[in-house]
Amino acid sequence: MNNIVELEKIKKTYLQGKVDIPAINNVSLSIKKGGFVAIAGPSGSGKTTLLNIIGGLDQPDSGTVRVDGEKFETLTPSRLAELRLFKIGFVFQAYNLIPVLSAAENVEFVMLLQGIPKKERLRKAHAILDDVGLSGKYNRRPAELSGGQQQRVAVARAIVSNPSIVLADEPTANLDSKTGQGLLELMKTMNKEKKVTFVFSTHDKMVMDYAGRLVRLRDGSIFDDQSK
Amino acid sequence: MMSVNVKLDVKMAWRNIWRNTRRSVLTISAICFACMILVFMLSFQLGSYETMINASVNMSTGHLQVQSAGYHKKKSMRLVVSQPGEIGGILEKIPGIAAYTFRANAFSLVSSNKRSRGVLVTGIDPEREACVSTIKTMISHGRYLEQSDTNQVIVGNLLAKSLRVKPGDELTILGQGRDGSIAATAVIVKGILSSGIDAFDRSTMQIPLQYFQAVYSMGDAVHEVVITAKSLKKVSKIKKDIQKGIDAAGRGNGLVVLDWMELIPGLLQGIEMDLVSGMIMYLVLIIVVAFSILNTFLMSIFERTREFGMLMAIGTTPGRLIKLVLIESMSLTLVGIVLGIVCGSLITLFFQSHGIDMSGSSEFMKQYGIPARLYPRLSLVSALVGPAAVFVITFLAALFPAVGIRKLKPVEAMTHI
Repeated sequence: MNNIVELEKIKKTYLQGKVDIPAINNVSLSIKKGGFVAIAGPSGSGKTTLLNIIGGLDQPDSGTVRVDGEKFETLTPSRLAELRLFKIGFVFQAYNLIPVLSAAENVEFVMLLQGIPKKERLRKAHAILDDVGLSGKYNRRPAELSGGQQQRVAVARAIVSNPSIVLADEPTANLDSKTGQGLLELMKTMNKEKKVTFVFSTHDKMVMDYAGRLVRLRDGSIFDDQSK
Repeated sequence: MMSVNVKLDVKMAWRNIWRNTRRSVLTISAICFACMILVFMLSFQLGSYETMINASVNMSTGHLQVQSAGYHKKKSMRLVVSQPGEIGGILEKIPGIAAYTFRANAFSLVSSNKRSRGVLVTGIDPEREACVSTIKTMISHGRYLEQSDTNQVIVGNLLAKSLRVKPGDELTILGQGRDGSIAATAVIVKGILSSGIDAFDRSTMQIPLQYFQAVYSMGDAVHEVVITAKSLKKVSKIKKDIQKGIDAAGRGNGLVVLDWMELIPGLLQGIEMDLVSGMIMYLVLIIVVAFSILNTFLMSIFERTREFGMLMAIGTTPGRLIKLVLIESMSLTLVGIVLGIVCGSLITLFFQSHGIDMSGSSEFMKQYGIPARLYPRLSLVSALVGPAAVFVITFLAALFPAVGIRKLKPVEAMTHI
């Protein structure tokens, strides 16, 4: 089995007041291991909802979701939380880091939840922060880091435990183009070197250009799916 | 592993507390203030109760009394403790007893040249009485009784005023003896006592015990064996020992041992009432503080809903988040409690050595001869009971918003405004 993500006929509707708003409409999608995929579309096209469904943060109304062979609909909430902890890394647009912890402690936190011993946690956290270009900034708290550096810490935290897939929801949205490009270069490198699958949601042209595969959404449906 | 996890949890909690310094300082201050008040007030209450009890027992009843069964209720002349020397012998062997004395009482008509009054005349052993009660120190005019005195009497100042007598004046006593005969004698006023307690000063008349026994045909019998303990805490143990001793001597059938709570139930009721009203006040104080803390915790969780969403998204279970929030709120509470205990104890220790002037005190306090200066008494109970109640109620207040985290869903939390 070469697919890390398999979505079949996913439907999701939100209730806004008394009106049903369809967010995802009958979407089927497979993503291969080691992919660098962008899910693009305008605001309200359903890309964040789709990413949340892949990440087990949101449940579809119908359809099946499989990530790394695990079928979500059969999982209890605590098993789903465990799956997110061990197999899925997240990078969000904002509010990514725990503000009271340093960069190294933020990276350590996920490993702590996984039960990794202190020594190994520290070694891995420092190594991954070195990899994302934050050597010497281990003890800085988020407020002492730039937006780009914070996103790098988030990437470091997402990949430090070698997850099956990293989901990034508009990771460059709050960054200037130069910093955004730097972050994308970093993720591309991690994708190549560590064989981590990356899936982005974005409406940033630069991110789309970096993607190895571009899935376009409009009104909750895929209208274009191109591999480069 | 567990200790390492707890270490990071505590570190996170501690740093979270100081994210909003002003709010945390205010909350800690509220907890500290509540604990400080609780420590001081409880120490003051418990300290003043001991003062009240000791003042009252030293004035009249003693900590314990041995009486004939039924005497306490009926005050009948015939209900006597015969051979009191034997009881004294038993008391000598019991550790913890500070002193004891014998008393006999008789309701009599006392007349001066100008007036007559109904009075409880008490026969006392002057030497022993001075060890048990504080009456000797209250003589305002004339002198206290001596062992060799016979037909001499000490009179309360209000009674003396009412009878219009002064030291050296003569009084006639007319009553009924133990055998039913008429008891009559003339006595000379030797001293006048002023206790400051109107009821006591209006009714007290004391004559030497031997003279009393002769006038009232008592033989060697008395009505009360009055005992003071070295410490209030030892009273119940001494009571049991006396009862055992009396039983062993074969005197158990006719005699009873009464402690100060049975002898002056009004004092115990007053203390209980004061304690209950104090507890209500403390409870209100703790509840007010708990609401302020609840508000802080609710705000703190509300402000960080997005952060909680992110933490849940990366795999933190709701249980762990609840644990984190509870560690945070309890750390905040503990800082306030520790500061409160320290400040409250220091204030209490200061007043424990300097006392608090209560000269404008209420009638209730006057009634029991409580001195004008009261001293709080710091103990483990007074220092810890109040703060422990604050801790429990604060924990419950913190539990409510913390448990609310369980209902959070990562996506909704992350989009929380």
